[in-house]
Formats: sequence, C-alpha cells, structure tokens
Amino acid sequence: MMGFPILTLITFLPVLGMIIILFLKKEQGNTIKYTTLAITAIQVVLAIILLTNYNYSAAGVYEERSFQFIEKFRWIEIGGISWLGTVKIDYFLGVDGLSMPMVLLTALISFIAAISSLNINHSLKGYFALFLLLDTGMMGVFVALDFFLFYIFWELMLLPMYFLIGIWGGPRKEYAAIKFFIYTLFGSIFILLVMIGLYFSATETLADGTKVFTFDLLQLMNSGNYTADGILSPLNPNNLRFVAYLALFVGFAIKIPMFPFHTWLPDAHVEAPTPISVILAGVLLKMGTYGILRISYPIFPDITRDLMWWIAIFGMVNIIYGAFVALAQKDFKKLIAYSSVSHMGYVLLGMASLTSTGVNGAIFQMFNHGTITAMLFLIVGVVYDRAHTRGLDDFGGLALQMPAYTGFVTVAFFATIGLPSMSGFISEALVFVGAFGVDSIRVITMISALGILLGAGYMLWTLQRIFFGPLNQKWATLKDIDSREYAMFIPLTIIIIFLGVYPSAMLDIMNTSVNTLVNFLHNNFTVSSISGL
Amino acid sequence: MELNNLYQSINLILPEIVLSASLVILVLADLIFHKDKRLIPYIAGIGIAITGAFVINQFGISGFGFQSTSQSIRNYGLIAVDSFGVFFKLIVIASSILIIFFSLSSSEIRKIKDRVGEYYALIFGMILGMFFMISATDLILIYLSLELLSLSSYVLAGFTKLQDRNSEAALKYLLYGAVSSGLMLFGISLVYGLTGSTNLYVINSLIQGPHVNLFTLSLAIILIFAGIGYKISSAPFHFWTPDVYEGAPITITAFLSVASKSAGFALLIRFIKTTFVSYINDNGEWTLINVFDWQSVLIAISILTMTLGNFSALWQNNLKRMLAYSSIAHAGYLLLGLVVLTNQGLLAILIYFIVYLLMNLGAFLVVMLIANKINSEDIDDYNGIGYTSPLLGVSLAIFLISLTGLPPTAGFIGKLYLFVALVDVKMITVAVIALLNSVVSLYYYVRVLKHMYLSKATDSTPSIIPTFGTGILVLVLVIPVLVFGIYFGPLVNLAKSCLVIIGF
Repeated sequence: MMGFPILTLITFLPVLGMIIILFLKKEQGNTIKYTTLAITAIQVVLAIILLTNYNYSAAGVYEERSFQFIEKFRWIEIGGISWLGTVKIDYFLGVDGLSMPMVLLTALISFIAAISSLNINHSLKGYFALFLLLDTGMMGVFVALDFFLFYIFWELMLLPMYFLIGIWGGPRKEYAAIKFFIYTLFGSIFILLVMIGLYFSATETLADGTKVFTFDLLQLMNSGNYTADGILSPLNPNNLRFVAYLALFVGFAIKIPMFPFHTWLPDAHVEAPTPISVILAGVLLKMGTYGILRISYPIFPDITRDLMWWIAIFGMVNIIYGAFVALAQKDFKKLIAYSSVSHMGYVLLGMASLTSTGVNGAIFQMFNHGTITAMLFLIVGVVYDRAHTRGLDDFGGLALQMPAYTGFVTVAFFATIGLPSMSGFISEALVFVGAFGVDSIRVITMISALGILLGAGYMLWTLQRIFFGPLNQKWATLKDIDSREYAMFIPLTIIIIFLGVYPSAMLDIMNTSVNTLVNFLHNNFTVSSISGL
Repeated sequence: MELNNLYQSINLILPEIVLSASLVILVLADLIFHKDKRLIPYIAGIGIAITGAFVINQFGISGFGFQSTSQSIRNYGLIAVDSFGVFFKLIVIASSILIIFFSLSSSEIRKIKDRVGEYYALIFGMILGMFFMISATDLILIYLSLELLSLSSYVLAGFTKLQDRNSEAALKYLLYGAVSSGLMLFGISLVYGLTGSTNLYVINSLIQGPHVNLFTLSLAIILIFAGIGYKISSAPFHFWTPDVYEGAPITITAFLSVASKSAGFALLIRFIKTTFVSYINDNGEWTLINVFDWQSVLIAISILTMTLGNFSALWQNNLKRMLAYSSIAHAGYLLLGLVVLTNQGLLAILIYFIVYLLMNLGAFLVVMLIANKINSEDIDDYNGIGYTSPLLGVSLAIFLISLTGLPPTAGFIGKLYLFVALVDVKMITVAVIALLNSVVSLYYYVRVLKHMYLSKATDSTPSIIPTFGTGILVLVLVIPVLVFGIYFGPLVNLAKSCLVIIGF
C-alpha cells in the first residue's frame, strides 16, 4: 500500500462528499442522505483495508519509521532571515497502535451515525454537509502526527458541532451549543499555548543539517532535540514543563470530560439529536484521552510519572461521581451521559497505571465505550422518536410491547455493566488488573471498583423501570424497531460480543505500541523534575 | 534647500503627488459633470490605482525626503520612505479600492448621489493624510497629517445626514478629536521645548544624553500618545468609537476601522521605533532608551483595550456597534505585537493587518449589503437570514469565525503569529489573558451566527441575493480568508519583506 495516500483519502473523503452535497438541490433529500451514507460506508471499507494491511508488530509511538501508511510532505516553508529561523510545518499523517483502534472506531461510528441520521427531516443539506465536515475533523485528529495539523483538525470540529447541536437539537439547544463551544475553545487555547511553547523549545535537524524549530510530534518526543534555554526544555533549569503539562491536561480533560470540567457534557448530550449524541459519546470524548496518550504522555514523560497518582485520583472521582449522579437521573439520556462520565474514568485510571495492561485496557475501553455508548444513545433515540419523552418513570413493561428492542437494550446494558462475554468486561478488567498492580494507586483502584457496583445499580434499575413490570397503557401502540434501526444495532451488537469473546482481535493491534509507549514513559526525559514551579 | 535635494524628495512623494492631483481632478470633474455623476467613482478608482502603482514602485527604496540643511544632523528629513511605509500604504490603497466598490453598492451613498463628488474628494483627503502619517518622521508633519485625516473624517462621518445619528457621530468625533489633537500638540510643544527639535531622529539622539528632564518628557510622551491612541481607538481614548462607527455611513465606518487604524498603527510603530529605540540586536530584539517604560505602558493599554472592547461587545444588539467594539478589541490584539518590542512582533502586526483588512472589511460589507435591503443593523433582524441568503450568511459566518481567530481561517494565523511573538519573549501571562479574551469574543461573534442560523426563517425574513458584482466582491474577501488560513506561506513572506524601518 506504500505510496497510495490512503490516510488522506479516509480523512478528506467526507470533505469531497460535503462539496457534492453543496452542489445538490435542497429538494434532493434522499440523494443527500444516501451520498452521506455512501461516503461513510467507503470510509468503513477504507478502514478495513487499513486493517488488513496493518503490520501488528510495528510500534510507532515515537519512531517515525515504524509508523504505518505515512504521508509526509512540506506544507508551509518560510525561509529564514537573521533573527527569524526557517519556519516549516509538515503535512504528516500516520497510524500506529494508539491511533489505529480510534480510526476504526471513527469510521464505524460515523457510518452508524449516518444511518441514524436518515430520519433527520429538516434542512438536510446543511445537516449532512456539517456532519461530513465533522467527520473529517475527527478522522484528522487521529491520524495527524504534526502538532499544528492536529490542532487545526481539533478546532475544525467545533463549528460543525455547534451548528449540529444548535440547529437540530432539543429545546435548550442554543444554550447547550454555546456552552459546548465556549468550553472546548477554552480548553484548546491552553493546547495552543503549549504548542507554541513546545515549538520554541525543540529543534529538528533537516536533511541538510540545519536545525529548525518544529511542530513534529515525534521530534518533540526526543529529549535530545530540546534546546538548552527553551521554556519547555528539560535542559532548562527554569523550565515551565510542569505548568505546560497541566495546561495541556486541562485542554484535553475538558474533552474527556474529566470532573470538574464535565458540566458541558450532560447539556450537549441531552440537547443534541441522536446521531450527534452518538458521535459525541462515540468519538469526540475519545479525543481527550487520545490527546493525552499521543501528546502529553510521550512529550512529558517526566511530569507524567510525577503526576500519575493525581490522574488516577481524577479517574476515580470521574467513576464514582459519574455513577452517583447517574443514579439520581430521571431522564434516560442524561443517565447515559453521566454513565459516560463514569466510564471515561476507567480510561483515565488505566492510563494512570503506566503499565502495559492498564494502558491496553484504557485504549480498549476507549474503543468499547465508543461502541457501547453509541448503542445506548441509539437506544434512547429509538424510544424518544416513538414516545417523545425520555422520563425514566414514564415507561414500564416495554418488554412486552417491543421485544426485539428490549433484546438489544439488554445486550447494551449488560455490556455497560461489564458482564463477561461482552467487550466492556475485558477492558474494565484489564484496567483494574493494570492499576491494581501499581502500589501507589492500589487503594484508588479498589475504591474505583465500587463504580462497577454502582453501574450495575443504575443500569439494572433503568432496565426495570422502563422494560419490566406492567405495561403502561399509554404506550400500547408503540411499534418495535424497524429495519433502519436493526441496521444500526446489529453491527454494534456483533462487535460488542465478538470483542468480548475474542478481545485479541483488538488488543493485538495496540499491544506492540502500548508496550513501546510504556517503556518509553518509564525511561525517557530523566533529567527534569518539577523544577518549573 | 538645494535643488537636487528637492528633486530627490519629490521623487519620494510621487504617490502623494498623484493623490493630490487626483483630488483636484475629482473636484473639477464634480463641477464639470454636475448633472450626471456616475463617472466620479471610476475617476476616483483610477486615481487610487495609479497611486497604488507608484507606491509599488517605491518598494525596496529607502530614503529621506526634504532634508534640512540647517540642522547639524542633516541626513534626516521630514519623511521617510521605506518598505514598512510601503506596506501600510498598500494596506490603505487596498482598503480604499474596496471602499470605492462598497460605496458603489451602498444604498446610503446612492441616496446622496448629488454630493458624491465631495464624498470621494474627502476620501482622497483622508488617504493623503494617512500617507503622510505613515511616512512622517517629524512631529510637525505628524500633527498636520493627523489633522488632515481627522478633518476629512469628521465631515465624512456625518456626510449622509439621513438620520440624527449621522450628525451625532460627526459632532462626537469632532469633539473628541479636537481634545486629543490639542493634547498632542501640547505634548509636541513640550518635546520641542526639551530638545529643540521636532525631528524624531534628532530627538532620539538627544534624549540619549544625560540632561533630559524625565518627568516633563514622560508627560509629553503621554500627551502625544493620546493623539495617536485616539486614532487607533485604544483604551482609554476609545470612547468615540462606538458612537461614530454606529452613526457614520457603513462605508466610512469600514474605512475608519481598517485604513485609519492601520495608518495610526504605522505612525505609532514608527514613532516608538525611531524615537525610543537605541539598538536592535541580531535576534531582532529592540533596546529602548531608558527614558520611558513603553513596554509596561503598552501592556497595560493593550490588555485594557482588548478587555474593554470584548466585554462591551457582549451586550451590543446593533451589528455596526458590535463590530466597533470588536475593532477596539482588535486594536488591543495588535498592540501585543508592539508590546514585545521585537522584529517578530512587528512581523506579527503586519500579518495581522493583512488578515484584519480582509476579515473586517468583509464583515462590514455583508452587514452593509444586508442593511441595504432591510435598512437595519439590529441583530434581531438577522433571524433566519442564513437560510434565506445563503451566500451572505455563510460569508459573514466565515468572517466572524476569522475575527474570533479559529482555524482554518486567516484570523487564526494572525493571532498565532501574535502569540508566537509573545511566547518568544516569554510573556506567557499576557498571552493567556489575550487568549482568554478571544474566548470571550467567541460569545458575541457566535451570537450573530445564532441569530442567523439557530432561529428559524419566517415569511418576513428577507431574501438577499447579491448582484453579480457584489457577489464577486464578497468572494474576493472570503476566499483569501480561507486560503490564507490553510496556506499562509505567502502572507508571511510578504510581511517579512516589509519590515525595514529606516534608521537602523
């Protein structure tokens, strides 16, 4: 596959689709819908092609030559003058074991969300154009290996998301949309600052031997590239690496969302239309944790080691707090939103362990949470479309009325709880095993395990309230799921069960890279300490 | 003055001479074609285009015009021609040409078509004032050019006389202007009293000596800054801006917000760099003469300006007024480039001005085209307009996003370079404050998007389809905003070649 720009294709194909849609007429609603569906389907095919050509033993992480499907060429080059060095920015794409699962997830969730979008019924042209732009932004974040490019993709998603929530959302859509926008922009300004700071701290040696400042993430991971007086250089005794790490972490934590930066999430989720909730929970939240793994961890291994206990604490708070708040919810969608907060806590906990098992568990949990929560939001969408209410106490006995639906719900709920033979079980187990093995965070892990219990509590209680007991006669006319909904649920169900039974299919993809990353974290950037305070 | 010297000097002010000639031709043409004035705008356009050609011709030349033979240091003159000046003159030329196109499609200006000759003549007066402001190196010439610009602007601000707010704008502008230029003149006289010279280069060498009364000098500098700060609408001299911007015809508001501001910035930069900088090292860092702490003053003014601008803009319901506050905030961002006192910062300012020209004029253009139809700039009248007027809606959205500074628009590149300059000199706190400011600004820019797209279009929502010409005009501004956001190499290269301020 060398030479064929498959990553560019998978990233920018949606933009092509967007352009096609912009040239279609408003009245051609079905053409617009099926163009989008076709584009996302091709993306899935491309993702599968990537997977079949994927080399399971190549590590990537910090080493350019073991990245796969690399595309790298000069994007911006500005010649230097006496006081201003050459500025160069690369268009640099590539995947490794950290990003491959996310690329697969993005393609899958976009496709499912496109199916789910088929019942959008107004302003189709705008909706699908923005949907595809969002898709490009998401895919770009996961394949970019240049910080500048990463940042452009990261910001590219904000505007489509704002409109998708704000125009097609629920009653409080305007509030939710602007809250999401301002919160995430607030986070990304910190990322921007750290990006500029890193740029001035490390140089890359070009082929002709000149040294230039760089945005290249892999060059920034090499402690040998740092200049003696750069503000984020470990060699500088007065460096600001600690502050920069916190700033970067806040930027990513808002996206995860980590307590106490999570308050935008319930609003955004509740107001967003179903397909957008699916994308939000399925892909967008993963960008936060992916950013930490891809950027914070390998560029600041020194600070990461110092702060792992704190990351674990925040993971624990997310798990327990999210679960308790979920228990108190009366709105189905809000309950799922808070369960997301809780489950992203597992990812943080696994990452904080800095062990192969834990980090593998974390990335696997990112994938699984993506598929499972996507399914949960689809489930809420199904019942909301029919009943126009999401109140947990408004229902009862739906199992009799909608048996097939109840079947899928049960699968998704049990996967969320972490029942063995479901994918969620494996990833949560790996997270706990990994984190438990580290002395300093063992107690935190033990407390976090309560989250499983609470999770079972709110999920089973929800199942009981909505589906069991006597049928509320108000809903005696509800129809069971139709073929479009089957098309959304079946692939997700298959993936959830398949990865529960045969987790190696996913774990093998990431394992080499995760081991490399964990080794890298323990052995690099040893000169610095928290001297920047 | 020797004849040879005079001849050389005249060569250096050819663009200004062409401008003056065009002004005279415009006045004459106004008399000759007093029945049908359709040709006037085209004459004005040609005049500006020829001026532009002469300005481009000056690219790469540097020299002093009107050197004095009586002074001991005879190498310095009244005006300096250098690539820095050429850059700002081109910014003025570009915005002038765009403003002529704006005026052609503005319904406000069409309503006063009998007086259109005076309108363009006064615009030429403004341009002439700006040109001299950009290249002046003598306090007397600085004052005169500032007054030439101001007097023309006062008249233009109230030119249409269609509504009460026009006259209000002109009067307020005049009153604030009179006070600040009076203060400036007083400051100039103090400087003259202290140093015995009005030439910036001479003053530079004199204040490096030991016998300077620092208190009087500082007072004089603050007074002079009042005059310049008023032109760039920086806090605390910004109070006129919202009222004047709201009251003036949109074409003039747009012109003031870009051209007049850029001339003011050129003046401020040249004034600080030639008068107060003693040395520039290899890293492009400026060393100030130890008489006045420009850095602290500029930091305070910059942060105050952007914060006041952004927070006041949050509550505005009139688009013109909102854009006025936004332009105050942008003056604050632009000052950041000067705060750092490095060539890197200067580079950032130049880049930002190119971007600012495109996005700010673009935003005003769309507001004007919408106002042409609905005769209002009220944000509530924009409800649903994005659906009924797709091109204008999307364009305004792009301009506003660019003003916020989000990628992939050119506004992001402008801001990026400013922050790069700040981080380069390790002014992290200032950078954080500026970035938080841009988060605040997001709210009011997106508020417009909210009205355009999140409110449903009703039957009464006007559908505004631009004519072919105005459509092209919008695209001419939108496309570079997007292209420079993704491929900004040419932008930086252009700015990089325009950094020369002669004297060092």
